[in-house]
Amino acid sequence: MRAEQQYLDLFDKERDTLFRHSCDTLNARRDTARRDLDRHGFPTRHDERCKYTDVASAFAPDYGLNLTRIVPGVDPYATYRCQVPNLSTNLYFVVNDSIMPPAAASAPLPDGVTLCSLLEASRRCPDLLNAHYGQLADTANDGVTALNTMIAQDGLFIHVAAGVKCTRPIQIVNVSAAQIDLLSTRRVLIIVEPGAELSLLFCDHSDDRHRYATTQVTEAFVGHDAHLNLYSIEETHPGNKRFSHLYADQKANSRLTLGSITLMAGLTRNRTDIRLTGQGAETCAYGCVVADGEEHVDNNLLIEHAAEGCTSDLLYKYVLDGRAVGAFAGHILVQQDAQHTVSNETNANLCASPEARMYTRPILEIYADDVKCNHGSTIGRLDEQALFYMRQRGIEEAEARLLLQHAFVNDVIRRVELEPLRDRLSHLVEMRFRGLLRRCEGCTMCAQ
Amino acid sequence: MLEIKNLHASVEGKEILKGIDLTIGDGEVHVLMGPNGSGKSTLSNVLVGNPKYSVTEGSVTFNGKDLLALSAEDRSHEGLFMSFQMPVEIPGVSMTNFLRAALNAKRKYHGLEPLPAGELLKLLREKRKLVGLDAHFMSRGVNEGFSGGEKKRNEIFQMAVLEPSLSILDETDSGLDVDALRTVAEGFNQLRTPQTSAIVITHYQRMLDYLRPDYVHVLVDGRIVKNGDASLGYAIEERGFDWIKNEINA
Repeated sequence: MRAEQQYLDLFDKERDTLFRHSCDTLNARRDTARRDLDRHGFPTRHDERCKYTDVASAFAPDYGLNLTRIVPGVDPYATYRCQVPNLSTNLYFVVNDSIMPPAAASAPLPDGVTLCSLLEASRRCPDLLNAHYGQLADTANDGVTALNTMIAQDGLFIHVAAGVKCTRPIQIVNVSAAQIDLLSTRRVLIIVEPGAELSLLFCDHSDDRHRYATTQVTEAFVGHDAHLNLYSIEETHPGNKRFSHLYADQKANSRLTLGSITLMAGLTRNRTDIRLTGQGAETCAYGCVVADGEEHVDNNLLIEHAAEGCTSDLLYKYVLDGRAVGAFAGHILVQQDAQHTVSNETNANLCASPEARMYTRPILEIYADDVKCNHGSTIGRLDEQALFYMRQRGIEEAEARLLLQHAFVNDVIRRVELEPLRDRLSHLVEMRFRGLLRRCEGCTMCAQ
Repeated sequence: MLEIKNLHASVEGKEILKGIDLTIGDGEVHVLMGPNGSGKSTLSNVLVGNPKYSVTEGSVTFNGKDLLALSAEDRSHEGLFMSFQMPVEIPGVSMTNFLRAALNAKRKYHGLEPLPAGELLKLLREKRKLVGLDAHFMSRGVNEGFSGGEKKRNEIFQMAVLEPSLSILDETDSGLDVDALRTVAEGFNQLRTPQTSAIVITHYQRMLDYLRPDYVHVLVDGRIVKNGDASLGYAIEERGFDWIKNEINA
């Protein structure tokens, strides 16, 4: 049986329930998504963008779904302590795929900044929601996006009005914690109007009691002269399957910074599609991956330069140990009219064990004739000379390896603009290398 | 302090050291000279435990311990230090973090608690002055973007921090201008005590002037072929190595 069949059957059987617990805008995209999933199925290794990740088998298990929208019986605000010191954030929780109401004591968001569920947005601003939801996330193009769109019943809606600068970052903690194996369907819609600024930090956690799969589809509209920083940290478990897809559209002179940090994972695939549709738009995409055991991390980016004078800067670094598998593809597509494009792409990787595998594909596809683009990738081992130099100074070999690996990925971390977050990430990476990151520090939810 | 007996060593299967005998006492400075490829750097690397070199025969005792049985780290903890001919750049590992790790590893080996952060910074500040290394180097990556001279100063600075009992200076003078050489040599001299010894590999008379070695040894083709005092060094500076080679062949 095809892996997607069980989801199609479930949809047909539970169609009324799905519709009843959602809203018109989300429901309106469902049947098309079902048709696309049925027609194209999950991507296979024959698909150019999915060569190194077996998507179908990740969705093969019989996961439970929360279609009747039962609210999880945990209070994350009481059990979770944010471990980013000195970083004052507006904190929200999504447990599985339920958006938890904000803590009573939390500071209000600034005027002009809206964060609510998609269902609430459908009541407060139905036209805005309808004009944006599902506009970037093409269900015909990707089976996981089709699955997500077919069954997503709610999600997060984040809107920043024109010219509003939301200086305090908004932190969204995604937690997978349930009594059964569970598939969570997360959906995020971000609209940053012209001249507005927003920093978002997503932290993904899970407990290790059950197998969890999550799909998250994020659509981000970045208006002209707007800035959006989108950081994502994954600290889940080896049994976790994560499919996180980001679709972004950038208008003129906008800036989008992505920071993707994978510290603990099972199977993770991050697909990122960014279209630079306004002149002078700028994308910075940074990522680091620390993986060992049987972990599998795949970052796949498509940056489409569709307007003149845009820049993109990609830097991804992986440190793989054990039998971990890493995959990276960064496809820079420069359309004919996108003259004066500037693009840099680097993917550097360390394989610390002979069994670790890395697949890297930087791709440049250029149709304009006046551009400056470069790309490169390396796969190597730790510098033996540096290791010996450190050992001669008395630093134990294991410690020397750790320092070198930490320095290697710190190159990515130091590009994080929020200083407290940068310091915290550096600390988390060190803990990860020391094998101390089995549970997120201070997160009593995971410790339960 | 150090006793090398009939030491044979090879790199990538090729024998470089063919029976070295050398004894170094407390407080002594020994200069090793010899033509390129004679085995000077190999001897240094073998002593500090570089895994690229393998010892095929012979023994080395260091303060009564079997040096060859110790790991590179433990040799360092026991008081052996090498100033590298080509110091390695380690981008992203700051000098401060690097020396903290090194110093605390040594303290742990000797059963001491880690040095409190304040004391560490104070120590680094004191020792920096000795070789004229600016404060901003401390936050930079180890040797990252350092000039040739700065790298060599940095080696002596690390030596000052770690306070070894036996230092090996492998062509620390190469690539230094006159002023930098003086700073480095004077820094080294200030660190000398009646208990600390050194093996210095050099090609230059100026180094002999500054260091005033107790002994000079000439290495040719993996063996020490001539021993003497500082005057032997000056003779080589003047006449080259050929006369020694001729002497052996005669």
